[in-house]
Amino acid sequence: MNRILHTLLALMSHWRRKPLQLVALLGGLMIATALWSGVQALNAQAKTNYDNAARLLGGDAVPSIALESGGRFDERAFAQLRRAGWKVSPILEGRIHINETSLRILGIEPLTLPPAAGISAGGGLGPAVFEGFMRPPWRALASAETIELLGEDTGTLPPLTASEGIAPRMLIMDIGAAQAVLDASGQISRLLLDPAAAQPGTPLAQAAALPLTITENEAQGDLNRLTQSFHLNLTAFGMLAFLVGLFIVYSAIALAFEQRLPMMRTLRALGISARMLTAVMLAELVTLALLAGVVGVVGGYLIASALMPNVAASLDGLYGADVAGTLSLEPEWWLMGIAISVIGAVGAAGYSLLKAYRMPPLASARRYAWREAQKVWLSLQGGIAVVLLALAAILMLTADGLIAGFASLAALLVGSALMLPPALAVILSAGQGMARRPLSQWFWADSQQQLSGLSIALMALLLALGANIGVGTMVEGFRDTFNDWLDQRLVSEVYFDARTDDEAAQIEAWLANRDDVNAVLPTLKTEVRMGGLPVIVTGFRVHESYRNSWPMIDIAPDAFDRVAAGDAAFVSEQLANRLDLSLDDPIEIGSWPLIVAGIYPDYGNPKGHISVEIGAMRAKLPDAERGDYGLRVAPKDTGALILAMRDTFGMDDSALIDQSALKSYSKGVFESTFAVTAALNVLTMAVAGFALFMSLLTLAEMRLPQLAPLWAAGVTRRGLAGMELLKTLGMALLTAILAIPLGLAVAWCLVAVVNVQAFGWRLPFHLFPMQWVQLIGLALLTAALAAAWPIWSLRRMPPVRLVRVFTDER
Amino acid sequence: MSVERTTHPRTNIRGLDKSCAALRPMLMRYVHAVGALAGAAFLVLLLFLFPAAAQQQGFAGLGGEADGYARVTPNKDITFPKDHGAHPAYRIEWWYVTANLIDEAGNPLGVQFTLFRQAATPDTTGEEWARTQYWMGHTALTTADSHLHGESLARGGTGQAGVTATPFEAWIDDWIIASKNEDFAPLRLAASGKGFSYDLTLATDAPMVLQGEGGYSRKSDRGQASYYVSQPFFEVAGTVTIDGTSYKVTGGAWMDREWSSQPLAADQTGWDWFSLHLGTGEKVMLFRLRSTERAPYFAGNWISPDGTSQAIPADAINAEPLGISTVAGRSIPTSWRLTVEGHDLDVTVGALNPQSWNETLFPYWEGPITVAGSHEGVGYLEMTGYPGDR
Repeated sequence: MNRILHTLLALMSHWRRKPLQLVALLGGLMIATALWSGVQALNAQAKTNYDNAARLLGGDAVPSIALESGGRFDERAFAQLRRAGWKVSPILEGRIHINETSLRILGIEPLTLPPAAGISAGGGLGPAVFEGFMRPPWRALASAETIELLGEDTGTLPPLTASEGIAPRMLIMDIGAAQAVLDASGQISRLLLDPAAAQPGTPLAQAAALPLTITENEAQGDLNRLTQSFHLNLTAFGMLAFLVGLFIVYSAIALAFEQRLPMMRTLRALGISARMLTAVMLAELVTLALLAGVVGVVGGYLIASALMPNVAASLDGLYGADVAGTLSLEPEWWLMGIAISVIGAVGAAGYSLLKAYRMPPLASARRYAWREAQKVWLSLQGGIAVVLLALAAILMLTADGLIAGFASLAALLVGSALMLPPALAVILSAGQGMARRPLSQWFWADSQQQLSGLSIALMALLLALGANIGVGTMVEGFRDTFNDWLDQRLVSEVYFDARTDDEAAQIEAWLANRDDVNAVLPTLKTEVRMGGLPVIVTGFRVHESYRNSWPMIDIAPDAFDRVAAGDAAFVSEQLANRLDLSLDDPIEIGSWPLIVAGIYPDYGNPKGHISVEIGAMRAKLPDAERGDYGLRVAPKDTGALILAMRDTFGMDDSALIDQSALKSYSKGVFESTFAVTAALNVLTMAVAGFALFMSLLTLAEMRLPQLAPLWAAGVTRRGLAGMELLKTLGMALLTAILAIPLGLAVAWCLVAVVNVQAFGWRLPFHLFPMQWVQLIGLALLTAALAAAWPIWSLRRMPPVRLVRVFTDER
Repeated sequence: MSVERTTHPRTNIRGLDKSCAALRPMLMRYVHAVGALAGAAFLVLLLFLFPAAAQQQGFAGLGGEADGYARVTPNKDITFPKDHGAHPAYRIEWWYVTANLIDEAGNPLGVQFTLFRQAATPDTTGEEWARTQYWMGHTALTTADSHLHGESLARGGTGQAGVTATPFEAWIDDWIIASKNEDFAPLRLAASGKGFSYDLTLATDAPMVLQGEGGYSRKSDRGQASYYVSQPFFEVAGTVTIDGTSYKVTGGAWMDREWSSQPLAADQTGWDWFSLHLGTGEKVMLFRLRSTERAPYFAGNWISPDGTSQAIPADAINAEPLGISTVAGRSIPTSWRLTVEGHDLDVTVGALNPQSWNETLFPYWEGPITVAGSHEGVGYLEMTGYPGDR
């Protein structure tokens, strides 16, 4: 026992002498753990919210019965089915806006709700909650957060009662109350079927006089599928950050191992067995990893807390998924974070530990026999890299599914990272071949020598830069496309939404008498299901405004005339992809046969979209609801018209909106969608910079024996420092240049593979050379910052230390 | 059909015996639930569905009061077919059928069908979802070695459950008891649950039997009462299906109809109720009301084969538990000695299946029994308010 303790103390003394290495080791682990667990926390929080919502809605466990064509239907189907022995419970869902907050209304029938529907989710439904729930004046359950959000003035809502386990901006109430709130008297959205009850003999079609159909999975399944790509994206970023962090850990441990070789040799000579030595080193490492893990998890919590509002905004903007903006985490998460720290550290140290275990007691410290070994290693690494890159290419071309897309990305990134040192070695050899003067020859040769020490950090930098360029290219391309598309798509200068049919008629009559209104473009809206997917059908008036500006991916000749005739439709790209539709293919909305006359981009919409002529739609889909109106007005008259409408009809900003406000709103949603990506991008760059800093710092010490002879030969400390800076910047520059093709490959993979798989639309692939220049600058700045301290200390190094190199024969 | 209450003068109280059966478990569950609310949202919900009942029993002194609800008063004409229908102005009401059957091999079995109606408020004007009338259906099938049961809940305004007087029909979901033609009887009784179903025809020419004083059935000397009529003379034929196997069955059934607004006193903790079909063609109803503060309260009726119903003086009845079974973690007497002086009844009754436990929202024991001793026969036993571990 004493022996173990003393061995441990002896080994630990190394950290006292080299505190910076300790900082690198702990810092690397902390950063890796923090980023990893932060991302996990974000995902877990979102998942908890989905699950709560899913449980409340019945989720996957409870099948639903709904109209084949989608939409609400007569509540009498409920009693008819019950009387035929179907154990069903009615649900009415919808959205309302109160105080500019969009609220999801869930109307339930508590007496028939199947136990599997889990209305007790969260366990917070106390007695006070249900008192008066099922009779006027009703009662609505909501999270405390939502109640606070709504404030005092809740309009026509029933009295609110706080309850746990309810998604944000969701109100649960009795179906009777929901019908009143949603103005849907006698209507229900669907019926939950108790999965525990036996199916009756009477077929569904016979039991109810409506074309009903059973769906095993509900909308929450859609939400999970849709948001999966987002979370996979986050996870990929978390993984990347974790790997970069582990690079730091690996280099710190490898360095410490090298430097502790003499001590280990001494300990072995003193009779400590290899097993005990390895065990003590492992114990030391685990202790440090636990320490770093705890701090890292706290850091992860802070990162996640800071990012959560952005994530919530992104999810809401992208998918309409309600996720709380605050974190609540399970104890498992904390343990998981600490465990990942330990596992990561042990994994990164595995090779060093194995070497310590196998080391013969009298091994000499052949510190600089590296170069020969390095050549073998470099060619091996190059081989692996080529295989990985080939794999990435194959996956990219054949990828089918999101996982394959991300696997391709991973292979591309890791393969490129492994490829970096051999590629740099080749470039440096070429440089050395061209060098004539001794000092420049030494410069190139020394750069090569240094490569092994820096390669890990440079790989981290390459990954960070590559990911940055890739994601940046995608986001920029998306932004350009999206802005163009918004400009073309939002043809009307003013949009408004009438509260009632009467009001709509009044406004239409009023508008008809105004000279400044060039056209009134009404819409109709309804939601149907096609091939199990939710699809919005919009009816529009075929008008010149659309003919001239509607951006189309593919369009048939005379398409607008055919749509105007009522037997053709435009479909969104997502829907065309999912249902495998192309021009002139037939589709059916309910029993309305249509021909695809055009395919248009509909970025960011998780639901499919079909556009048809409004008159035909009113005739074929009588249940469709009135949608927004668009008004064509001369831009100079817009302000006056809005003021007049506001005064005449008392419309507020949510009901009456001008084009520019709508655009800025859409762009705001877009920006918040990618806010998380941007934040993680910055974090990975920071990690890479830190890795570079730590590597340079440790190298600076190790490399004194190389520099001392030059100093002795007359090169000034200032000259040496200048060369060191040049070398570091040169390496960073080379890495950054190599990162550009990697980044473009990543971007192409994201745009053409991952996006199509995840969202169903493909983005145009644009190049942004200015962005590259910026990133090269950023890489140089990172390198310069990372090199600043080691080089500054080299410049200020007392000559005696350089002299001592010659006296300290190791 | 109209029944002259003066033709069946009865002095004894059968009164709210069945209301004990229905309400008592609710109270007990309430008491237990207060301590164990977590996770039992549905239970809580239902307790608030029946809030007045729970409260009124939970607190003494509310005995005869039923603010806003119609009150049960003596000397009220009970007329049929009108009174086969629902009485929404009263707080609680039920249609209750128990049948003692045998299959073609002679194996005994029992069937229960109950439809409860409960008003949450005295206001009967609400429409659709706003209607404050709620329904609870129980169905069960008992053999010597199995007891299967089902439960369903409904609210009043949707058509999912309800009762009409002419033609008579009482239903919840596809569980139904309904006249087969314009007369009240014959009736079709059909219901199902997990692993069982039954479809029976109940026939009789006998008039309804008025309990209490012409259907005014005093529950206690403290003023509570209910309207109460029975039809114990149904002859039954039909089919029961257990786990997919159908059996032809025949036997007899007993129907209870009762409605009231005044629940029980607070000291009453549970109920043992017997209905007996004796080999002589006579029908006997007995109950024992257990109290925390008083001696058990006995009451009963002796119904002749011709339908004449005669109250049995309380002091003539004795019911004494003989054997205790452990059912659902509770100790429940599943065999009894019953004696009725003046009718020379001295029998032991035993459960066909001691595990006849209805694990419903408000759980209770209900199952067929066999009668042996001075008289032979079959019947049904219902026991409520036996505290469990929970």
